[in-house]
Amino acid sequence: MYAYDQYDQQMVDARVAEFRDQTRRRLEGTLSEDKFRPLRLQNGLYLQLHAYMLRVAVPYGTLSAAQMRMLGDIADKYDRGYGHFTTRQNIQYNWIKLEDAPDILADLASVEMHAIQTSGNCIRNISADQYAGATPDELIDPRPYAELLRQWSSFHPEFLALPRKFKICVIASDTDRAAMRLHDIGIQIVKNEAGEIGCAFYVGGGMGRTPMIAPLIRDFVPLDQLITYSEACLRVYNRYGRRDNKYKARIKILVHELGKDEYARQVEEEFAHLQTQGIEPPIAELERIKAHFTDPAFNTAASDEIDLSNADFARWVRANTAPHKAAGYAIVNISLKPLPREGVAGIPGDATADQIRTMADLALAYSFDELRVTHTQNIVLPHVKKADLFALWQALVAADLATANLDAITDIIACPGLDYCSLANARSIPVAQKISERFADAGKSDAIGELKLKISGCINACGHHHAGHIGILGVDRKGTENYQLLLGGCEGADTSLGQITGPGFNEDGIVDAVEKATDVYLANKQGEERFLDTYRRIGMAPFKEAIYG
Amino acid sequence: MVEVQFRFRDDEVVADPAVTVDAFGEQTNAAAVRIEPGDDARALLPHLERLKLVEVNFPAFTDGRGYSSARILREAGYAGELRAVGDIGVDQLSHLKRCGFDAIAPEVELDPAEAETAFAVWPQVYQATGDNRKPIWALRHGK
Amino acid sequence: MKIVTGNDLKTGAVTWWTGEGWSLHVNDAVDVADHAADIIAREEAARRVVSAYAIDATREAEGVRPAHIKDRIRALGPTVRLDLSLKPADPQAGNWVI
Repeated sequence: MYAYDQYDQQMVDARVAEFRDQTRRRLEGTLSEDKFRPLRLQNGLYLQLHAYMLRVAVPYGTLSAAQMRMLGDIADKYDRGYGHFTTRQNIQYNWIKLEDAPDILADLASVEMHAIQTSGNCIRNISADQYAGATPDELIDPRPYAELLRQWSSFHPEFLALPRKFKICVIASDTDRAAMRLHDIGIQIVKNEAGEIGCAFYVGGGMGRTPMIAPLIRDFVPLDQLITYSEACLRVYNRYGRRDNKYKARIKILVHELGKDEYARQVEEEFAHLQTQGIEPPIAELERIKAHFTDPAFNTAASDEIDLSNADFARWVRANTAPHKAAGYAIVNISLKPLPREGVAGIPGDATADQIRTMADLALAYSFDELRVTHTQNIVLPHVKKADLFALWQALVAADLATANLDAITDIIACPGLDYCSLANARSIPVAQKISERFADAGKSDAIGELKLKISGCINACGHHHAGHIGILGVDRKGTENYQLLLGGCEGADTSLGQITGPGFNEDGIVDAVEKATDVYLANKQGEERFLDTYRRIGMAPFKEAIYG
Repeated sequence: MVEVQFRFRDDEVVADPAVTVDAFGEQTNAAAVRIEPGDDARALLPHLERLKLVEVNFPAFTDGRGYSSARILREAGYAGELRAVGDIGVDQLSHLKRCGFDAIAPEVELDPAEAETAFAVWPQVYQATGDNRKPIWALRHGK
Repeated sequence: MKIVTGNDLKTGAVTWWTGEGWSLHVNDAVDVADHAADIIAREEAARRVVSAYAIDATREAEGVRPAHIKDRIRALGPTVRLDLSLKPADPQAGNWVI
């Protein structure tokens, strides 16, 4: 993975010094809250429901054991012993003090980490396929391109006061594991007919109040024009994105209002102009970055055999591992969605400092010192020898990290909701816990199979409910929490947006409604259909009938 | 006229009153124009030779359109005074300079010591933005 | 009645205006009548609070009850982590927010 050179380290150190100075001025009173707020947001620091919240960047979801260990130590030193992994592959701490924030950023900088632009009206963390560099189905590792874009977007002076936030995603396979079409810019690395590698640009996707799937704006941008074309996209947005209404300020509204062809034309014009300005790094820079992403030294004699005689282990292998491009290896998913145990329910995406450090140790021991954070709030160990899976699983069991529920109904994506977030209308975590309890029985959830359930506590959709096979949206109904049910969303290559079933429910009602929906699926399922497939085949009517009678 | 607190040019401060973009189009002897966030900076490109001063207004520091306007003008070859005016704090100074502004007139005077620190925040830069600073990728590859 | 709440600038902790200062406990909150704006302006300028605002609340037997569920959760802490709330020993504490 990428390692800073002296220049990267200088930049992140300068940023720490800048923020330390800004914080000092705020606390001394020479900088008002109005002026300070955008600055602290661009260092990931929110004022949230109970305290300041710090969102640390995990660039394209990749981190080393040492970095993961630091995240655990920060949870202990500055927070209350845990962290929350987010739907943009980052980590959040909920109990931060403003006066500690500069020191936290300094600690992060010591392991090549930061909280740069993880909030604010600027280009945010660039996300990528969590199986990058390990999956057999990718054209090429997308992360060097994400790193090139990360550096280009960091402190870019023209784009630090955009109309609104800007989220970019890079993938390199037809199997979209990163919800690419639901980003402001989604890039798929592709090969053209001449066999050249380049980038397909999808612009104008997003969730929130007005979910939209990004249309294709340009089917091929050569690799040596990636930065110039990206800059053209951003400049058109900075100049013409709406600034009159916060809820219409994302680029998806601009693309929708101009029409994709007109937006593409304006970008093409700007692109032609910018190509004369020499802003593209030389291809040697991409090659330099790529050199950090070569394959680890896979053992070519590693055995493909796994002894599955332990039933619990076998179940975990079936559920949580994925095929690896190297023979004898597997991709391992660590679920952060534990099932309730002895009356104690887990919290989706949360991990204790000890668990975080354990995962760091396991990455060092079993995965070539590398981990990934997924946008579904789980962790990936990308390169594990099949021969090591049993020992790894045993260590995960001991740390309460061996829940075998990847992509099952209990692998719930939930935003922090009204328990933590000042934007929320309803709590999302208790709903996730009740659903987890209802479907905790292994037989029940196994029968249902793949079902991506996503919960958002408000219309901002940080829980990605529009993209859930089952989605739940928390709303405020005359001062009480109420929940709407959506069906049929999907974030893969066949991206679709969930449709609302009808009137909302209270907390118990929504859990019953989810169960009724799964009952309809089980009653109508044909062959190997997943919930999503059955829904797409039979439509909303049977579900509506069962839920509302 | 609000005082030009920071200036990076050797010539005299341009004192001509800046007219609006619309008025500038009509007054063939005007040499100073003010761009508002909603104006298209490219409307000035046919007139660059007679321009001594372009003011770019930032009514709110959170409206970043002026940064694009500045770069567009510099990219087109405008070499006259490019002055940022309006709601400008010390924390915007380095970004303004990077985008090509060589004169800054904040509506509220800034602390000189804080400003000096702010201009010097970035030991290096990641992007080529026409301010003559060599981006890191150029340093890495001997360009 | 109207009470004023905000967060401590340095620590971010939820605070409630007591008439003389800021308390972590909602039951210490006082009725500010129509003085909220003045209190907020003065306290924010003095950097004793950030993001302060006025809310409706009622005085009940067990104490002050903010009118909106969001502020009741602010008063208590996360209902899903009562161990981190102001009532870690009370497993039923979450019922109060509903």
